[in-house]
Amino acid sequence: MSDPRLSIIDERLKDISDIIAVSSGKGGVGKSLIASAIALALAEKKYKVGLLDLDFTSPSTHIILNIEEAHPIEWKGIIPPEIHSIKYMSIIYFSGNKAMPLRGLEASNALIELLAITRWGQLDYLIVDMPPGIGDATLDVIKLIKRVRFLLVVTPSRLAFETVKKLIDLLLELDVPIVGVIENMKMGESTFIRERIKEIGLKYLGEIPFDHALEEAIGDPNRFSKTVFAEKIREILEMNDYLEGS
Amino acid sequence: MHEWALAEAVISTISRLAESEGLREIKEVKLKIGELQQIELEVFKFALTQLRDSSLLRNARFNIEVVNAEIKCRNCGFRWSLEKEKIKGDVAEAIHFIPEVIHAFIRCPKCGSPDFEVTGGRGVWIEDLKGVK
Repeated sequence: MSDPRLSIIDERLKDISDIIAVSSGKGGVGKSLIASAIALALAEKKYKVGLLDLDFTSPSTHIILNIEEAHPIEWKGIIPPEIHSIKYMSIIYFSGNKAMPLRGLEASNALIELLAITRWGQLDYLIVDMPPGIGDATLDVIKLIKRVRFLLVVTPSRLAFETVKKLIDLLLELDVPIVGVIENMKMGESTFIRERIKEIGLKYLGEIPFDHALEEAIGDPNRFSKTVFAEKIREILEMNDYLEGS
Repeated sequence: MHEWALAEAVISTISRLAESEGLREIKEVKLKIGELQQIELEVFKFALTQLRDSSLLRNARFNIEVVNAEIKCRNCGFRWSLEKEKIKGDVAEAIHFIPEVIHAFIRCPKCGSPDFEVTGGRGVWIEDLKGVK
């Protein structure tokens, strides 16, 4: 007759001022690193921040931020633990590091369950690390998180751009707000991506150079915060007035 | 899903349904809970009684039926039921919160595939509401 989980999701998210889904359509463009760096930078600014990893088959923000040992608190649902001043939620609390192959409906059910049980409390920002693609998770997030805004990540590649363009088209068609686009792993001087984004009428939030030191900083949040990559994220946040949310 | 979160979700859904159907008072709620949710029924019933603070649900009776978990392998077609007692405690707890994590821990007993479908006993449904207009 009716799925009770759906009616509680709005209630769980009602005290969050701004919900930003870091998405791309394309895999391997740095979504998880950007989502983690944004969450850390906002937490450093003393904002109340949550980070939700929705990449169920390949979660990685817990590795970037070294969150392997944390566990949520069970209290009338699940209260995410606060690590590095970020309230952190991921399926890894439940699946461990095991391979978890999920088909579409199963991934949707897991997403609904996670949104329904997590008690975030009051937050200034909830950063959502999205899986690649424009399939189930994207459609579910658009449907279930009504105030979500999408921050898109692209690399300086025509192949990446063509994939991200499909996500942009979908979001525009569905009238879903887009914060803007970050160009990651920039290596040359090409203005191709910047020009295309402006042509579409979206905000080009900024570019991040390819950072050779980044890999070594994964798993060490202090070192990660000191990378050129993290510094660029802080610059982008400041240049864009912390992304001009509500 | 956690008992309290589930009870909160059920109460919220009943209130919404009652409003759309113009019911002033609910007399009976028929609920079905999948075995895969691994709900402690006593805790769940207690949570329901604690959360029903409105006049709408004050005298409501909750009929709760647990539906057995049935699983079908997509690879070889084998069907089996979840043997709760054979699942280790920490795995049972993980499945309790997010039933889909069963795909990380359980494999088809016949062919070993992780590609199976839960054909019954997953989720929670409000099967029927009886009330007064």
